[in-house]
Amino acid sequence: MFDYLEYIRKRNFPHIWCSGCGDGIVLKTLIRAMKKLNISKDEAVMVSGIGCSSRTPGYIDINTLHTTHGRAIAFATGVKLANPSLKVIVVTGDGDATAIGGNHYIHAARRNIDMTVLLYNNYIYGMTGGQVSPTTPKGDKASTAPYGSLEQPFNISGLASAAGASFVARGDVYHVQQLEKLIVKALEKKGFSLVEILSPCPTAYGRRNRMAHPVDLMKWLRDNAIPKSRFDKLSEEEKKGKVPTGVLIDIEKPEFISEYEKLIETLKGK
Amino acid sequence: MAEKEGKKVLMMQGNEACAEAAIWAGCRFFAGYPITPSSEIAEYLSRKLPTVGGKFIQMEDEIGSIAAVIGASLTGTKSMTATSGPGFSLKQENIGYAAMAEVPCVIVDVQRGGPSTGTPTLPAQMDVQQARWGTHGDHAIIALTASSAQETFEQTIRAFNLSERYMVPVILLIDEIVGHTTEKVVLPEEGSVEIVNRKQPDVPPEEYLPYAETEDLIPVLARFGSGYRYNVTGLCHDETGFPTNDSETIQKLIVRLSEKIERHKDEIIDYELIDMDDAEVAIFAYGSVARSAKRAVRDCREMGLKVGLMITKVLWPFPYEAVLSVAEKVKAIVVPEMNLGQMAREVELGARCKAEIFRINRVDGNPVTPQEIVDRVREVI
Repeated sequence: MFDYLEYIRKRNFPHIWCSGCGDGIVLKTLIRAMKKLNISKDEAVMVSGIGCSSRTPGYIDINTLHTTHGRAIAFATGVKLANPSLKVIVVTGDGDATAIGGNHYIHAARRNIDMTVLLYNNYIYGMTGGQVSPTTPKGDKASTAPYGSLEQPFNISGLASAAGASFVARGDVYHVQQLEKLIVKALEKKGFSLVEILSPCPTAYGRRNRMAHPVDLMKWLRDNAIPKSRFDKLSEEEKKGKVPTGVLIDIEKPEFISEYEKLIETLKGK
Repeated sequence: MAEKEGKKVLMMQGNEACAEAAIWAGCRFFAGYPITPSSEIAEYLSRKLPTVGGKFIQMEDEIGSIAAVIGASLTGTKSMTATSGPGFSLKQENIGYAAMAEVPCVIVDVQRGGPSTGTPTLPAQMDVQQARWGTHGDHAIIALTASSAQETFEQTIRAFNLSERYMVPVILLIDEIVGHTTEKVVLPEEGSVEIVNRKQPDVPPEEYLPYAETEDLIPVLARFGSGYRYNVTGLCHDETGFPTNDSETIQKLIVRLSEKIERHKDEIIDYELIDMDDAEVAIFAYGSVARSAKRAVRDCREMGLKVGLMITKVLWPFPYEAVLSVAEKVKAIVVPEMNLGQMAREVELGARCKAEIFRINRVDGNPVTPQEIVDRVREVI
């Protein structure tokens, strides 16, 4: 049996997440990935913003920084730049990272600063009670979109890719083994790495959108979150409603802090 | 560069003096966003920081800048940002975070006129109350001011020292005149500057509590990565650093955040009294206006008018007791400011009706002149 307790802050349990929430699944998966890579607890820093996913740091026994809404990546930029030997993991949500924190998100990707961002996409503002988010699918209902959302949703992974991230992947809380592999790869990558994690909120999203039971959401992930290789072979008609998962971008490009440290070296003695 | 009694003498802008002093104070991280009239601070540090092994980053916005500064500070790195009014407004969110989580950092505000974008290239002192109450919620803050490039140099170092000592964000408020005036700065001798570094835990990690009750009310925050794993949050928290909803703990925390500054205010407050012994009228001034006030006192004295001056170098905590003892000696206090009387209100509070308060308020982007102050003094004396 895998011993999760090594990485857990037992004193803070039970956790605050609702029954059927995927966030606990991500926590366990992350711990397994960290263990696999033997990441030192003392040298790892988890930075989060505001929202359900951003409560993850309370449960994991590393250096943890729970910040203001949307700003996790900006705080993390300071941590990593000031002490590059630290392993920096950002935990954030769709509202946190792509609405109020959208600017920090795209610019960290552009800089290709070495950090891993785990972005839990639950399609809604869960903690505040189910308001429409930048990823709520068009037509789906939210407490502030009672007639269905009129807006186009963001493609979170596409946004990071376009902004310049060197590693972008999408996983989900049903396909947990795949998710673990993706998080491992992201943590290994030197550069800005993003894992978008589909973790639909049963309480605030599912109940309003014909998936009242958490199992309905799991079935939806099972049937619609499909590997990119399979997705790419589908016809345009078949692609509708499906979400490609797996590694979407994995490229080598200069990493910001390495470039900065090279600059410091060249300026020495001048 | 000239030498004066073995000391280096430079011609520097106030903004440059601030940036240079930051390096002297041990600042090794700067995150900022371009904004007039403060950008020279960022420009100077973008050149200088990498030469001393420090890091500079131009962030995507003002909010990100202060966020990065707080993140960097948690690794034990002394960190700073600089801005002006509109940026200062944006930074308030995370200034509150730094106050709540008790993360030391320095925020420089080179004041322009407001509200909104106001007068980007003209001086004002309109952010002095925002420095105290700009972020929401009860909290303590330290705000310093300076009237020259030399003083900016000294006050920048003091800002870092106070921040590290009291584990609090420290705001340095200068204005466009001080920031952009190039004048003489005498650098201190190497090794002669007092530098304060935040305390580090003296207990083993398993016994460490970041927000444990201490005698001086100031927490001991370990550097991230030093083997002391703990949680930092902007939520109300207990001594472990984890969020709490316990009423008693919340009450204690919020009171302590203010009390830790209030209790040490005598160590923080710093002011200068000039010609106060026989004064019948006092002038209360700070920042660049203090320079006009000094000249006004000289002119008044030449006219035979018994006028004195109190210059405060620390705006928050405000020197209420010192103002009271001035008020007890004189019949009137004249408060010239480049705002509509923001600190005059505090002077009134301090004076407790022992002296009448007269204001001079300039908000047209021009400095308060010595003549204006002399004229006002002659009216009230």
